[in-house]
Amino acid sequence: MPNILVYALHYEGAINKNSLGAVSEGAKLAAELGGEAHAILLGEGVPHELAATLGKYGAAKVLVAEGPEGLAQPLVDAMAAAISGGDYKYALFGGGLLGFEIGAGLAARLGAGVAMEVTGVRAEGGELIAERPILGDSAISEIKYRSPVGIIIGRLNAFELNDASGADAPVEQLSFELSAHAGQAKMLTRGEQRGADVDIEGASILVAGGRGLGKAEGFQLCEDLAAAFGGNTAVAATRAVVDAGWYPYAAQIGQTGKTVAPKLYLAAGISGAIQHKVGMQSSENIVAINKDSNAPIFEFSDLGIVGDLNKILPKLTEAVKAKKAS
Amino acid sequence: MKICVLVKEVPDAAVEKRIDPSTGRMDRSGEKNLNPYDTHAIEAAMQIREGGVAPVEEIVAVTMGPESAVRALHKAVSLGADRSVHLSDPAVAGSDVAATGYALAKTLQRESPDLVLLGQQSDDGECYTIGAVVAEHLGMPSLTQVIKMDVADGALRCERQAEYGYDTVQVGLPAVISVGDAINEPRYPSLKAIMGAKKKPLDTVGVGDVGIDASKVGGDNSAAQWVAAKAPPAKAAGEIIEDEDTGETVEKIIAWLDERKLI
Repeated sequence: MPNILVYALHYEGAINKNSLGAVSEGAKLAAELGGEAHAILLGEGVPHELAATLGKYGAAKVLVAEGPEGLAQPLVDAMAAAISGGDYKYALFGGGLLGFEIGAGLAARLGAGVAMEVTGVRAEGGELIAERPILGDSAISEIKYRSPVGIIIGRLNAFELNDASGADAPVEQLSFELSAHAGQAKMLTRGEQRGADVDIEGASILVAGGRGLGKAEGFQLCEDLAAAFGGNTAVAATRAVVDAGWYPYAAQIGQTGKTVAPKLYLAAGISGAIQHKVGMQSSENIVAINKDSNAPIFEFSDLGIVGDLNKILPKLTEAVKAKKAS
Repeated sequence: MKICVLVKEVPDAAVEKRIDPSTGRMDRSGEKNLNPYDTHAIEAAMQIREGGVAPVEEIVAVTMGPESAVRALHKAVSLGADRSVHLSDPAVAGSDVAATGYALAKTLQRESPDLVLLGQQSDDGECYTIGAVVAEHLGMPSLTQVIKMDVADGALRCERQAEYGYDTVQVGLPAVISVGDAINEPRYPSLKAIMGAKKKPLDTVGVGDVGIDASKVGGDNSAAQWVAAKAPPAKAAGEIIEDEDTGETVEKIIAWLDERKLI
Protein backbone atom coordinates (compact mmCIF):
# COMPACT_ATOMS: atom_id res chain seq x y z
CA MET A 1 0.00 0.00 0.00
CA PRO A 2 1.27 3.49 -0.80
CA ASN A 3 1.38 4.75 2.77
CA ILE A 4 2.63 8.11 3.99
CA LEU A 5 4.74 8.49 7.14
CA VAL A 6 4.18 11.85 8.82
CA TYR A 7 6.54 13.35 11.39
CA ALA A 8 4.85 14.93 14.40
CA LEU A 9 6.70 17.31 16.71
CA HIS A 10 5.62 17.48 20.33
CA TYR A 11 6.75 19.44 23.36
CA GLU A 12 5.58 19.37 26.96
CA GLY A 13 2.56 17.21 26.28
CA ALA A 14 1.21 19.01 23.23
CA ILE A 15 1.58 18.33 19.53
CA ASN A 16 2.80 21.17 17.32
CA LYS A 17 0.08 22.79 15.24
CA ASN A 18 2.07 22.48 12.01
CA SER A 19 2.42 18.78 12.65
CA LEU A 20 -1.35 18.48 13.04
CA GLY A 21 -1.62 20.21 9.66
CA ALA A 22 0.87 17.75 8.18
CA VAL A 23 -1.06 14.77 9.57
CA SER A 24 -4.31 16.22 8.17
CA GLU A 25 -2.66 16.71 4.76
CA GLY A 26 -1.07 13.26 4.88
CA ALA A 27 -4.43 11.62 5.65
CA LYS A 28 -6.09 13.41 2.73
CA LEU A 29 -3.31 12.49 0.28
CA ALA A 30 -3.06 8.89 1.50
CA ALA A 31 -6.79 8.45 0.90
CA GLU A 32 -6.31 9.71 -2.67
CA LEU A 33 -3.46 7.26 -3.18
CA GLY A 34 -5.41 4.37 -1.65
CA GLY A 35 -3.12 4.05 1.37
CA GLU A 36 -2.88 5.16 4.97
CA ALA A 37 -1.17 7.99 6.79
CA HIS A 38 0.86 6.95 9.82
CA ALA A 39 2.36 9.43 12.24
CA ILE A 40 5.57 9.10 14.22
CA LEU A 41 6.52 10.70 17.54
CA LEU A 42 9.86 10.36 19.25
CA GLY A 43 10.80 11.30 22.76
CA GLU A 44 11.50 10.24 26.28
CA GLY A 45 8.41 8.34 27.36
CA VAL A 46 5.91 9.85 24.92
CA PRO A 47 2.45 9.19 26.44
CA HIS A 48 0.51 6.81 24.22
CA GLU A 49 -2.71 8.73 25.00
CA LEU A 50 -1.13 11.83 23.40
CA ALA A 51 0.03 9.84 20.36
CA ALA A 52 -3.42 8.29 19.90
CA THR A 53 -5.02 11.74 19.48
CA LEU A 54 -3.34 12.05 16.06
CA GLY A 55 -6.03 9.60 14.90
CA LYS A 56 -8.50 12.48 15.14
CA TYR A 57 -6.60 14.21 12.33
CA GLY A 58 -6.60 11.10 10.19
CA ALA A 59 -3.57 9.03 11.20
CA ALA A 60 -4.51 5.35 10.82
CA LYS A 61 -1.68 4.36 13.14
CA VAL A 62 0.84 6.18 15.32
CA LEU A 63 4.38 4.96 15.90
CA VAL A 64 6.08 5.97 19.11
CA ALA A 65 9.86 5.75 19.40
CA GLU A 66 12.03 6.17 22.49
CA GLY A 67 14.95 8.56 22.08
CA PRO A 68 16.41 12.00 22.81
CA GLU A 69 13.94 14.81 22.09
CA GLY A 70 14.45 17.98 20.10
CA LEU A 71 17.22 16.69 17.81
CA ALA A 72 16.91 15.65 14.19
CA GLN A 73 19.23 12.71 13.74
CA PRO A 74 17.49 10.29 16.17
CA LEU A 75 14.36 10.80 14.07
CA VAL A 76 16.27 10.05 10.88
CA ASP A 77 17.23 6.72 12.46
CA ALA A 78 13.68 6.02 13.67
CA MET A 79 11.96 7.01 10.43
CA ALA A 80 14.45 5.03 8.33
CA ALA A 81 13.72 1.99 10.52
CA ALA A 82 9.95 2.48 10.14
CA ILE A 83 10.26 2.90 6.38
CA SER A 84 12.42 -0.20 5.94
CA GLY A 85 9.91 -2.26 7.93
CA GLY A 86 6.77 -0.80 6.35
CA ASP A 87 5.17 0.01 3.08
CA TYR A 88 5.85 3.71 2.71
CA LYS A 89 6.01 5.72 -0.46
CA TYR A 90 6.31 9.19 1.03
CA ALA A 91 7.50 10.90 4.18
CA LEU A 92 5.78 14.18 5.02
CA PHE A 93 6.87 17.04 7.30
CA GLY A 94 5.12 20.23 8.40
CA GLY A 95 7.22 23.37 8.37
CA GLY A 96 9.79 24.08 11.01
CA LEU A 97 13.45 23.74 11.80
CA LEU A 98 13.42 20.10 12.88
CA GLY A 99 11.27 19.02 9.95
CA PHE A 100 13.82 20.48 7.54
CA GLU A 101 16.72 18.78 9.27
CA ILE A 102 15.05 15.39 9.61
CA GLY A 103 13.68 15.41 6.07
CA ALA A 104 17.06 16.28 4.59
CA GLY A 105 18.90 13.69 6.68
CA LEU A 106 16.34 11.06 5.76
CA ALA A 107 16.73 11.90 2.06
CA ALA A 108 20.48 11.30 2.37
CA ARG A 109 19.97 8.07 4.32
CA LEU A 110 17.46 6.64 1.84
CA GLY A 111 18.88 8.16 -1.34
CA ALA A 112 15.48 9.77 -1.69
CA GLY A 113 14.36 12.87 -3.53
CA VAL A 114 13.38 15.79 -1.34
CA ALA A 115 11.36 18.95 -1.91
CA MET A 116 11.27 21.66 0.73
CA GLU A 117 9.20 24.82 1.31
CA VAL A 118 6.31 22.95 -0.29
CA THR A 119 3.02 24.88 -0.31
CA GLY A 120 0.80 22.31 -2.01
CA VAL A 121 0.75 18.62 -2.84
CA ARG A 122 -1.53 16.79 -5.23
CA ALA A 123 -2.06 13.15 -6.14
CA GLU A 124 -1.91 12.32 -9.83
CA GLY A 125 -1.77 8.84 -11.36
CA GLY A 126 -0.97 7.23 -8.02
CA GLU A 127 1.91 9.61 -7.33
CA LEU A 128 2.35 12.79 -5.40
CA ILE A 129 3.54 16.00 -7.00
CA ALA A 130 4.88 18.69 -4.71
CA GLU A 131 4.59 22.39 -5.49
CA ARG A 132 7.31 24.68 -4.30
CA PRO A 133 7.42 28.44 -4.76
CA ILE A 134 10.84 29.68 -5.84
CA LEU A 135 12.62 32.93 -6.67
CA GLY A 136 10.98 34.89 -3.90
CA ASP A 137 7.62 33.26 -4.65
CA SER A 138 7.55 34.67 -8.18
CA ALA A 139 7.30 31.18 -9.70
CA ILE A 140 6.18 27.73 -8.62
CA SER A 141 8.11 24.62 -9.52
CA GLU A 142 6.63 21.14 -9.43
CA ILE A 143 8.62 18.24 -8.10
CA LYS A 144 8.15 14.57 -8.89
CA TYR A 145 10.04 11.70 -7.32
CA ARG A 146 12.09 9.03 -9.05
CA SER A 147 13.14 7.34 -5.80
CA PRO A 148 11.10 4.58 -4.07
CA VAL A 149 10.39 7.05 -1.24
CA GLY A 150 9.71 10.75 -1.81
CA ILE A 151 10.25 13.33 0.91
CA ILE A 152 8.01 16.36 1.21
CA ILE A 153 8.83 19.17 3.62
CA GLY A 154 6.04 21.72 3.88
CA ARG A 155 6.34 25.41 4.37
CA LEU A 156 5.20 26.65 7.77
CA ASN A 157 1.39 26.90 7.91
CA ALA A 158 1.03 25.51 4.39
CA PHE A 159 -1.04 22.49 5.44
CA GLU A 160 -4.43 23.16 6.96
CA LEU A 161 -5.81 21.27 9.89
CA ASN A 162 -8.89 19.18 9.23
CA ASP A 163 -11.88 19.18 11.59
CA ALA A 164 -10.33 16.51 13.82
CA SER A 165 -13.45 14.38 13.64
CA GLY A 166 -11.61 11.04 13.55
CA ALA A 167 -11.25 8.53 16.35
CA ASP A 168 -8.13 7.84 18.39
CA ALA A 169 -5.57 5.77 16.46
CA PRO A 170 -3.85 2.59 17.58
CA VAL A 171 -0.35 3.24 18.91
CA GLU A 172 2.65 1.00 18.26
CA GLN A 173 6.02 1.19 19.95
CA LEU A 174 8.77 1.33 17.29
CA SER A 175 12.13 -0.12 18.10
CA PHE A 176 15.16 1.25 16.28
CA GLU A 177 18.86 1.65 16.80
CA LEU A 178 20.37 5.07 17.43
CA SER A 179 23.27 5.60 15.00
CA ALA A 180 26.69 6.47 16.39
CA HIS A 181 26.66 10.01 15.02
CA ALA A 182 23.15 10.71 16.31
CA GLY A 183 24.47 9.83 19.76
CA GLN A 184 27.12 12.54 19.42
CA ALA A 185 24.65 15.39 19.97
CA LYS A 186 23.20 16.02 23.42
CA MET A 187 20.52 18.51 24.35
CA LEU A 188 21.74 20.50 27.36
CA THR A 189 18.81 22.90 27.70
CA ARG A 190 15.72 23.13 25.54
CA GLY A 191 13.10 25.79 24.94
CA GLU A 192 14.76 28.56 26.94
CA GLN A 193 12.72 31.78 26.77
CA ARG A 194 14.75 34.96 26.49
CA GLY A 195 13.45 38.38 27.34
CA ALA A 196 10.09 39.50 28.62
CA ASP A 197 6.88 37.59 28.05
CA VAL A 198 4.73 39.60 25.65
CA ASP A 199 1.53 38.67 23.87
CA ILE A 200 1.44 39.41 20.16
CA GLU A 201 -0.95 36.71 19.00
CA GLY A 202 -4.07 38.43 20.27
CA ALA A 203 -3.22 41.92 18.97
CA SER A 204 -5.36 43.50 16.27
CA ILE A 205 -2.58 45.91 15.27
CA LEU A 206 1.08 44.91 15.21
CA VAL A 207 4.01 47.25 14.69
CA ALA A 208 6.90 44.98 13.77
CA GLY A 209 10.55 45.91 13.66
CA GLY A 210 13.51 44.36 11.84
CA ARG A 211 17.18 44.89 11.32
CA GLY A 212 16.48 48.15 9.50
CA LEU A 213 15.86 49.75 12.92
CA GLY A 214 19.65 49.78 13.18
CA LYS A 215 19.98 49.09 16.90
CA ALA A 216 18.04 47.84 19.92
CA GLU A 217 17.09 51.42 20.81
CA GLY A 218 15.42 51.70 17.40
CA PHE A 219 12.52 49.70 18.82
CA GLN A 220 11.50 52.80 20.73
CA LEU A 221 10.13 54.14 17.43
CA CYS A 222 7.93 51.04 17.14
CA GLU A 223 6.86 51.26 20.79
CA ASP A 224 5.90 54.90 20.34
CA LEU A 225 3.85 54.20 17.24
CA ALA A 226 2.13 51.25 18.94
CA ALA A 227 1.30 53.48 21.91
CA ALA A 228 -0.17 56.07 19.56
CA PHE A 229 -2.48 53.49 18.00
CA GLY A 230 -3.38 52.39 21.54
CA GLY A 231 -5.97 49.75 22.31
CA ASN A 232 -5.09 46.26 21.24
CA THR A 233 -1.73 47.11 19.64
CA ALA A 234 1.55 45.32 20.27
CA VAL A 235 5.14 45.39 19.03
CA ALA A 236 6.61 42.38 17.23
CA ALA A 237 10.05 41.50 15.85
CA THR A 238 11.94 39.43 13.29
CA ARG A 239 14.24 36.53 14.12
CA ALA A 240 17.35 38.50 13.18
CA VAL A 241 16.73 41.17 15.81
CA VAL A 242 15.61 38.68 18.46
CA ASP A 243 18.78 36.64 17.92
CA ALA A 244 20.74 39.88 18.18
CA GLY A 245 19.11 40.46 21.56
CA TRP A 246 17.25 43.66 20.58
CA TYR A 247 13.79 42.36 21.46
CA PRO A 248 12.27 39.48 23.45
CA TYR A 249 11.83 36.07 21.86
CA ALA A 250 8.12 36.02 22.78
CA ALA A 251 7.54 38.84 20.26
CA GLN A 252 9.12 37.00 17.34
CA ILE A 253 7.16 36.26 14.20
CA GLY A 254 8.02 33.64 11.61
CA GLN A 255 9.43 30.19 11.03
CA THR A 256 10.62 29.53 14.58
CA GLY A 257 8.40 32.17 16.15
CA LYS A 258 4.71 32.95 16.19
CA THR A 259 2.17 33.08 13.42
CA VAL A 260 -0.08 36.12 13.43
CA ALA A 261 -2.97 37.51 11.41
CA PRO A 262 -3.82 40.98 12.77
CA LYS A 263 -6.06 43.54 11.09
CA LEU A 264 -3.03 45.74 10.46
CA TYR A 265 0.59 44.69 10.25
CA LEU A 266 2.99 47.57 10.02
CA ALA A 267 6.52 46.42 9.22
CA ALA A 268 9.39 48.81 9.85
CA GLY A 269 12.85 47.96 8.51
CA ILE A 270 11.85 44.38 7.67
CA SER A 271 13.10 42.98 4.36
CA GLY A 272 10.45 40.24 4.23
CA ALA A 273 12.52 37.07 4.06
CA ILE A 274 10.43 33.97 3.52
CA GLN A 275 11.00 32.81 7.12
CA HIS A 276 9.28 35.99 8.26
CA LYS A 277 6.62 36.00 5.58
CA VAL A 278 5.25 32.59 6.57
CA GLY A 279 4.41 33.96 10.00
CA MET A 280 2.48 37.08 8.96
CA GLN A 281 1.24 36.75 5.39
CA SER A 282 -2.35 36.17 6.52
CA SER A 283 -2.51 39.66 8.04
CA GLU A 284 -5.51 41.59 6.67
CA ASN A 285 -3.56 44.74 5.79
CA ILE A 286 0.20 44.91 5.42
CA VAL A 287 2.02 48.23 5.45
CA ALA A 288 5.79 48.17 4.97
CA ILE A 289 8.39 50.88 5.44
CA ASN A 290 11.85 50.08 4.06
CA LYS A 291 14.61 52.13 2.49
CA ASP A 292 15.43 49.41 -0.04
CA SER A 293 12.94 49.53 -2.91
CA ASN A 294 13.97 45.97 -3.85
CA ALA A 295 13.03 44.53 -0.44
CA PRO A 296 10.90 41.39 -0.91
CA ILE A 297 8.32 42.72 1.55
CA PHE A 298 7.07 45.16 -1.09
CA GLU A 299 6.02 42.14 -3.16
CA PHE A 300 3.34 41.23 -0.63
CA SER A 301 2.51 44.46 1.16
CA ASP A 302 -0.71 46.36 0.47
CA LEU A 303 0.96 49.71 1.06
CA GLY A 304 4.70 50.09 0.70
CA ILE A 305 6.69 53.16 1.67
CA VAL A 306 10.21 53.45 0.31
CA GLY A 307 12.02 55.72 2.70
CA ASP A 308 13.94 56.25 5.92
CA LEU A 309 12.00 54.88 8.89
CA ASN A 310 13.88 57.23 11.23
CA LYS A 311 12.22 60.13 9.45
CA ILE A 312 8.84 58.53 8.79
CA LEU A 313 8.00 56.74 12.05
CA PRO A 314 8.20 59.76 14.41
CA LYS A 315 6.02 61.83 12.08
CA LEU A 316 3.61 58.96 11.60
CA THR A 317 3.36 58.56 15.37
CA GLU A 318 2.48 62.23 15.74
CA ALA A 319 -0.05 62.02 12.92
CA VAL A 320 -1.73 58.95 14.42
CA LYS A 321 -1.97 60.73 17.78
CA ALA A 322 -3.47 63.81 16.10
CA LYS A 323 -5.94 61.69 14.17
CA LYS A 324 -6.96 59.84 17.33
CA ALA A 325 -7.50 63.13 19.15
CA SER A 326 -9.60 64.66 16.39
CA MET B 1 41.88 21.13 14.10
CA LYS B 2 41.03 21.37 10.44
CA ILE B 3 37.94 23.31 9.43
CA CYS B 4 36.30 23.05 6.03
CA VAL B 5 33.84 25.77 5.08
CA LEU B 6 31.30 25.01 2.36
CA VAL B 7 30.71 28.00 0.14
CA LYS B 8 28.61 28.69 -2.89
CA GLU B 9 28.54 31.08 -5.76
CA VAL B 10 25.13 32.72 -6.14
CA PRO B 11 23.67 35.29 -8.52
CA ASP B 12 24.23 38.78 -7.21
CA ALA B 13 21.28 39.96 -5.12
CA ALA B 14 20.70 42.81 -7.53
CA VAL B 15 20.31 40.46 -10.48
CA GLU B 16 16.81 39.32 -11.31
CA LYS B 17 16.73 35.55 -10.98
CA ARG B 18 14.78 33.43 -13.41
CA ILE B 19 14.11 29.87 -14.48
CA ASP B 20 15.39 28.69 -17.84
CA PRO B 21 12.17 27.41 -19.46
CA SER B 22 14.04 24.86 -21.57
CA THR B 23 15.56 23.03 -18.59
CA GLY B 24 13.32 23.99 -15.68
CA ARG B 25 16.50 24.81 -13.77
CA MET B 26 17.57 28.13 -12.37
CA ASP B 27 19.34 30.31 -14.86
CA ARG B 28 22.62 30.82 -13.04
CA SER B 29 24.20 33.11 -15.62
CA GLY B 30 24.87 36.77 -14.95
CA GLU B 31 26.77 38.51 -12.14
CA LYS B 32 27.81 36.15 -9.37
CA ASN B 33 29.11 36.53 -5.90
CA LEU B 34 29.89 34.54 -2.76
CA ASN B 35 26.64 33.59 -1.01
CA PRO B 36 26.42 36.27 1.70
CA TYR B 37 25.35 33.72 4.33
CA ASP B 38 28.61 31.83 3.80
CA THR B 39 30.67 34.81 4.97
CA HIS B 40 29.30 34.15 8.48
CA ALA B 41 30.61 30.57 8.31
CA ILE B 42 34.09 31.75 7.31
CA GLU B 43 34.03 34.35 10.06
CA ALA B 44 32.99 31.65 12.57
CA ALA B 45 36.00 29.57 11.50
CA MET B 46 38.29 32.59 11.88
CA GLN B 47 36.95 33.28 15.36
CA ILE B 48 37.65 29.70 16.44
CA ARG B 49 41.20 30.11 15.12
CA GLU B 50 41.67 33.48 16.83
CA GLY B 51 39.96 32.31 20.02
CA GLY B 52 42.90 30.01 20.61
CA VAL B 53 40.96 27.39 22.64
CA ALA B 54 41.46 24.82 19.91
CA PRO B 55 44.47 25.29 17.61
CA VAL B 56 43.30 25.50 14.00
CA GLU B 57 45.87 24.22 11.54
CA GLU B 58 43.91 24.95 8.43
CA ILE B 59 40.73 26.50 7.09
CA VAL B 60 39.76 25.14 3.69
CA ALA B 61 36.99 26.60 1.51
CA VAL B 62 35.15 23.97 -0.51
CA THR B 63 32.69 24.53 -3.32
CA MET B 64 30.93 22.72 -6.12
CA GLY B 65 30.04 24.63 -9.24
CA PRO B 66 31.05 25.72 -12.71
CA GLU B 67 34.36 27.38 -13.56
CA SER B 68 33.12 30.79 -12.48
CA ALA B 69 32.78 29.51 -8.90
CA VAL B 70 36.50 30.14 -8.36
CA ARG B 71 35.57 33.75 -7.70
CA ALA B 72 33.54 32.66 -4.67
CA LEU B 73 36.59 30.69 -3.51
CA HIS B 74 38.85 33.72 -3.98
CA LYS B 75 36.46 35.75 -1.87
CA ALA B 76 36.42 33.01 0.77
CA VAL B 77 40.22 32.98 0.84
CA SER B 78 40.36 36.77 1.08
CA LEU B 79 38.14 36.47 4.17
CA GLY B 80 40.53 34.06 5.85
CA ALA B 81 40.55 30.57 4.33
CA ASP B 82 44.07 29.20 3.74
CA ARG B 83 43.31 27.35 0.55
CA SER B 84 40.37 26.02 -1.43
CA VAL B 85 38.99 22.98 -3.19
CA HIS B 86 36.75 23.27 -6.22
CA LEU B 87 34.64 20.34 -7.35
CA SER B 88 34.04 21.20 -10.97
CA ASP B 89 32.71 18.53 -13.28
CA PRO B 90 29.97 18.51 -15.90
CA ALA B 91 28.75 15.26 -14.33
CA VAL B 92 27.44 17.11 -11.26
CA ALA B 93 25.58 19.84 -13.15
CA GLY B 94 21.89 19.97 -12.32
CA SER B 95 22.19 17.85 -9.17
CA ASP B 96 19.34 18.22 -6.69
CA VAL B 97 19.92 18.90 -3.00
CA ALA B 98 20.41 15.23 -2.11
CA ALA B 99 22.90 14.62 -4.94
CA THR B 100 24.74 17.89 -4.26
CA GLY B 101 25.08 16.96 -0.59
CA TYR B 102 26.44 13.55 -1.55
CA ALA B 103 29.00 15.06 -3.95
CA LEU B 104 30.12 17.63 -1.38
CA ALA B 105 30.40 14.95 1.30
CA LYS B 106 32.71 12.89 -0.94
CA THR B 107 34.81 15.98 -1.64
CA LEU B 108 35.02 16.73 2.09
CA GLN B 109 35.88 13.15 2.96
CA ARG B 110 39.23 13.52 1.19
CA GLU B 111 40.05 16.43 3.49
CA SER B 112 39.08 14.60 6.72
CA PRO B 113 37.92 17.78 8.49
CA ASP B 114 37.28 18.00 12.22
CA LEU B 115 34.59 20.55 11.61
CA VAL B 116 32.51 21.46 8.57
CA LEU B 117 30.86 24.88 8.64
CA LEU B 118 28.34 26.36 6.26
CA GLY B 119 25.87 29.25 6.05
CA GLN B 120 22.25 28.81 7.03
CA GLN B 121 20.94 29.02 3.48
CA SER B 122 21.92 29.96 -0.01
CA ASP B 123 20.79 33.28 -1.35
CA ASP B 124 19.39 31.72 -4.52
CA GLY B 125 17.97 28.23 -4.04
CA GLU B 126 16.73 29.05 -0.55
CA CYS B 127 17.41 25.56 0.73
CA TYR B 128 18.26 25.19 4.39
CA THR B 129 19.02 21.55 4.14
CA ILE B 130 22.40 20.87 2.58
CA GLY B 131 24.18 20.62 5.95
CA ALA B 132 21.94 17.81 7.15
CA VAL B 133 22.49 15.89 3.90
CA VAL B 134 26.27 16.29 4.07
CA ALA B 135 26.34 15.25 7.74
CA GLU B 136 24.38 12.08 7.08
CA HIS B 137 26.77 11.03 4.31
CA LEU B 138 29.78 11.78 6.49
CA GLY B 139 28.23 10.05 9.50
CA MET B 140 28.70 13.18 11.61
CA PRO B 141 26.36 14.88 14.07
CA SER B 142 24.88 18.09 12.76
CA LEU B 143 22.97 21.17 13.79
CA THR B 144 21.61 24.05 11.73
CA GLN B 145 20.90 27.72 12.49
CA VAL B 146 23.54 27.89 15.20
CA ILE B 147 23.94 31.43 16.58
CA LYS B 148 26.58 30.80 19.26
CA MET B 149 29.33 28.22 19.19
CA ASP B 150 32.14 27.52 21.65
CA VAL B 151 34.79 24.84 21.46
CA ALA B 152 35.57 23.03 24.71
CA ASP B 153 37.06 19.61 25.44
CA GLY B 154 36.89 18.36 21.87
CA ALA B 155 33.23 19.21 21.51
CA LEU B 156 31.11 22.19 20.52
CA ARG B 157 28.60 23.91 22.69
CA CYS B 158 26.03 25.34 20.31
CA GLU B 159 23.03 27.58 20.82
CA ARG B 160 20.20 28.01 18.41
CA GLN B 161 16.63 29.06 18.24
CA ALA B 162 14.22 26.20 17.60
CA GLU B 163 10.45 25.83 17.69
CA TYR B 164 9.99 26.36 21.41
CA GLY B 165 12.76 28.79 22.34
CA TYR B 166 16.53 28.63 22.58
CA ASP B 167 18.22 25.24 22.72
CA THR B 168 21.77 24.57 23.88
CA VAL B 169 23.24 21.44 22.37
CA GLN B 170 26.57 19.77 22.91
CA VAL B 171 27.92 18.33 19.66
CA GLY B 172 30.91 15.99 19.53
CA LEU B 173 33.56 16.50 16.84
CA PRO B 174 33.84 15.91 13.97
CA ALA B 175 30.58 17.67 13.15
CA VAL B 176 28.72 19.62 10.49
CA ILE B 177 27.36 22.96 11.70
CA SER B 178 25.36 25.45 9.72
CA VAL B 179 25.52 28.88 11.28
CA GLY B 180 22.78 31.51 11.42
CA ASP B 181 23.53 35.04 10.30
CA ALA B 182 23.22 36.31 13.88
CA ILE B 183 26.37 34.40 14.92
CA ASN B 184 28.78 37.19 13.98
CA GLU B 185 29.46 40.25 11.87
CA PRO B 186 31.79 39.12 9.08
CA ARG B 187 34.89 41.26 8.65
CA TYR B 188 35.77 43.03 5.45
CA PRO B 189 38.74 41.59 3.62
CA SER B 190 41.86 43.77 3.53
CA LEU B 191 43.13 44.97 0.17
CA LYS B 192 46.21 42.83 0.72
CA ALA B 193 44.07 39.75 1.33
CA ILE B 194 42.03 40.43 -1.80
CA MET B 195 45.20 40.83 -3.87
CA GLY B 196 46.76 37.72 -2.35
CA ALA B 197 43.69 35.48 -2.70
CA LYS B 198 44.54 34.30 -6.21
CA LYS B 199 47.96 33.14 -5.06
CA LYS B 200 46.62 30.76 -2.40
CA PRO B 201 46.48 27.08 -3.38
CA LEU B 202 43.35 26.08 -5.25
CA ASP B 203 42.75 22.42 -5.94
CA THR B 204 40.33 21.68 -8.78
CA VAL B 205 38.89 18.17 -8.68
CA GLY B 206 36.48 16.09 -10.75
CA VAL B 207 34.13 13.31 -9.68
CA GLY B 208 36.79 10.64 -10.26
CA ASP B 209 39.32 12.40 -8.02
CA VAL B 210 37.14 12.25 -4.93
CA GLY B 211 35.39 8.92 -5.52
CA ILE B 212 31.95 10.22 -6.47
CA ASP B 213 29.74 7.59 -8.07
CA ALA B 214 28.74 9.45 -11.25
CA SER B 215 25.49 7.48 -11.45
CA LYS B 216 24.31 9.24 -8.26
CA VAL B 217 24.82 12.84 -9.38
CA GLY B 218 23.71 15.22 -12.12
CA GLY B 219 20.26 16.31 -13.20
CA ASP B 220 19.33 13.01 -14.81
CA ASN B 221 20.29 10.98 -11.76
CA SER B 222 18.66 13.21 -9.18
CA ALA B 223 15.75 11.63 -7.33
CA ALA B 224 13.78 14.86 -7.18
CA GLN B 225 12.74 15.96 -10.62
CA TRP B 226 11.59 19.50 -11.31
CA VAL B 227 8.89 19.13 -13.89
CA ALA B 228 7.76 22.66 -14.61
CA ALA B 229 7.85 26.22 -13.43
CA LYS B 230 4.55 28.03 -13.44
CA ALA B 231 3.38 31.41 -12.26
CA PRO B 232 1.76 31.69 -8.84
CA PRO B 233 -1.82 32.95 -8.56
CA ALA B 234 -1.77 36.64 -9.40
CA LYS B 235 -1.95 38.94 -6.41
CA ALA B 236 -2.95 42.55 -6.83
CA ALA B 237 0.15 44.68 -6.53
CA GLY B 238 0.24 46.92 -3.50
CA GLU B 239 0.47 50.67 -3.65
CA ILE B 240 3.98 52.11 -3.37
CA ILE B 241 4.90 55.54 -2.06
CA GLU B 242 8.40 56.90 -2.56
CA ASP B 243 9.09 59.14 0.40
CA GLU B 244 10.18 62.53 -0.86
CA ASP B 245 8.26 64.88 1.39
CA THR B 246 7.77 63.01 4.65
CA GLY B 247 4.86 65.22 5.78
CA GLU B 248 3.03 64.36 2.58
CA THR B 249 3.95 60.66 2.85
CA VAL B 250 2.54 60.49 6.37
CA GLU B 251 -0.67 62.19 5.24
CA LYS B 252 -1.07 59.55 2.56
CA ILE B 253 -0.50 56.73 5.06
CA ILE B 254 -3.08 58.19 7.45
CA ALA B 255 -5.60 58.55 4.62
CA TRP B 256 -4.93 54.96 3.54
CA LEU B 257 -5.43 53.66 7.08
CA ASP B 258 -8.51 55.82 7.58
CA GLU B 259 -10.11 54.54 4.39
CA ARG B 260 -9.78 51.00 5.75
CA LYS B 261 -10.98 52.01 9.22
CA LEU B 262 -7.70 50.95 10.77
CA ILE B 263 -7.28 54.06 12.84
